Amino acid sequence: MELVTRPHVENFIKWSKDRPQVLVMTADLTNSCEVGRWRDTYPDRFITAGMAEQNMLGVAAGLAREGFIPWLHTFAVFLYRRPYDQLAMSIAYPNLPVRLVGFLPGIVTPGGVTHQAIEDVAILRATPNMTILETGDATEVESVLDVTEEVEGPVYIRMLRGVLPRLFPTDQPMRLGQSRQLSVGEDLTLVTSGLMTEQAMKACQILKSRGLDVNHVHVSTLKPFGDDLLMEALGRSKRIITMENHTIIGGLGSAVAEYVADEGLGAKVIRLGLRDTYAHGASTKYLMREYALDSAALLKAVERELNVDLHIDREELDAVSLETRDNKVNAESL
Amino acid sequence: MAEWQVGVERIAASIRLRVFDHVLRNGEGYLSQALSSAEIFAMLYGRVLQLGPVEGPLTPDIFRGVPGRLNPDYATGARFNGPRHPEKDRFIFSPAHYALVLYAALIEVGRLDKDALAAFNQDGSTVEMIGAEHSPGIETTTGSLAQAISQAAGIALGRRMHGETGNTWVMMSDGEFEEGQTWEALAFAAFHKLNHLRVIVDANGQQCDGTVSSVGLIDPLADRATAFGWDAREVDGHDLTALDQAMGAPSERPVLVIARTNPTNHVPLYAERAPLLHTLRFSSPEDKARFEQAYQEMAGF
Repeated sequence: MELVTRPHVENFIKWSKDRPQVLVMTADLTNSCEVGRWRDTYPDRFITAGMAEQNMLGVAAGLAREGFIPWLHTFAVFLYRRPYDQLAMSIAYPNLPVRLVGFLPGIVTPGGVTHQAIEDVAILRATPNMTILETGDATEVESVLDVTEEVEGPVYIRMLRGVLPRLFPTDQPMRLGQSRQLSVGEDLTLVTSGLMTEQAMKACQILKSRGLDVNHVHVSTLKPFGDDLLMEALGRSKRIITMENHTIIGGLGSAVAEYVADEGLGAKVIRLGLRDTYAHGASTKYLMREYALDSAALLKAVERELNVDLHIDREELDAVSLETRDNKVNAESL
Repeated sequence: MAEWQVGVERIAASIRLRVFDHVLRNGEGYLSQALSSAEIFAMLYGRVLQLGPVEGPLTPDIFRGVPGRLNPDYATGARFNGPRHPEKDRFIFSPAHYALVLYAALIEVGRLDKDALAAFNQDGSTVEMIGAEHSPGIETTTGSLAQAISQAAGIALGRRMHGETGNTWVMMSDGEFEEGQTWEALAFAAFHKLNHLRVIVDANGQQCDGTVSSVGLIDPLADRATAFGWDAREVDGHDLTALDQAMGAPSERPVLVIARTNPTNHVPLYAERAPLLHTLRFSSPEDKARFEQAYQEMAGF
């Protein structure tokens, strides 16, 4: 498994070169959001808003009305939680091409509750005109830029930073409204997004070794929701597990459950994620275990649902070859 | 009185009359806003704003849905302010509950059909009570107060990056200076030296709950704005000469014109309702008759 260090930094600079309409705005988290070098490369297209996000979103709306495409880089919580009214009324209502690049989705930061975007997907799914994308690896961090070009309105991106695994080959970029089939099986359907996909892939390896075949789908377009591949997968199984780095209310699991109910599929949907709780500051690995968001938690859910004992010990789980993040990368500093 | 003043005063008087007439017919409405800001809108549309022409008074559209991917037919209310031009001004309207005053101003200067107020607050009309960006003269959706100034700062910055020279004007109400976003925007505009951004405030001292001074603390507004890096100019908002001087003089900084106004100007009877002047409602037929009498006097009958 290849590990890529800060793929966004150079990729975004290269991508922006022949796109003079692309601007970057930040609110005092420029290096934390990996655009310090972008600022130094294109100083005339970089706009510091100061630590004032309500105004930043309004200014971005104004710039978008003048033909620019502002790419706001800050922590996700400061894009949707603090300035929600500005997001909804200044940007989303007029359907303006503003790119909201939200870092630290879910529990990927020791920054604690104030820095952890755990209900962003729920809130923005409920916001008309929004497109919501979530990155799950280095390839998606790189290719999400192109995906936005297909969207005329605002796009919110759950962005990853730092050292990232490359789960998907570079010749298989993220595409708007296209889920990825990661494994095929009839025993159950598993739908994951973002950071959770890596954990799920790990778990699926173990399940395979136990003779269980999982239909595993990775979703990167959370809104608009539902492509053919995903719909087909949901229709195939009476037992669906979803796993998201987010509260189970309003995010990926809810979207799946809504679809299953709308279509009258009659399937059971087991939603893994934060169970209507805030988290706190600690390492991602620790938080994943504490809040049952790791591969072990997924395997336990499978055991419960299939009423089987998979005889898994932590050592075996740690030995799975997908192993990338744990032990090799320290919890990210702010 | 200079020739331009005669024209602007006529526009202001017509705004007052038209809004007053509408409020009487409608049974309630935003009269104090018209009384305080008639000269401000008359100055903007009759003297200060350099706007592109429109082809005769335009008829307001029926409501054709909200902006979005599935609605390519969405028409912006900015068309009433003429086509965009690098050297022309842009007008961004902030206190959306002043929409009636804006519509009246557009009618007086021949940009909006004179019968447009018949559609005011009617179901299916774009001539909405709290206008949005499909409403005549309105480019941004700012019924949630204080969002206009940030958007105008973005527009002014974007225009500068494109090499445009026109001003971007914002009309605000004083209550909006209680919102934190306003001060974020003031800091941003000063930091980025947006000297083509110009704001005029109808400082009528009124907000929903009563007088501004009883609800919050925004003064000393001029001193605060100056400290934030703006060129703040405080004038009598009913004095056309003073408004002209304050709105027209060039500056190296973003300009804030604080127009001190009287929300019962020309209708002293209305002062009896103070401090609750946000909307005028009539308590009885007799009450309404008194205001009808005041209207007749204003109209010179």
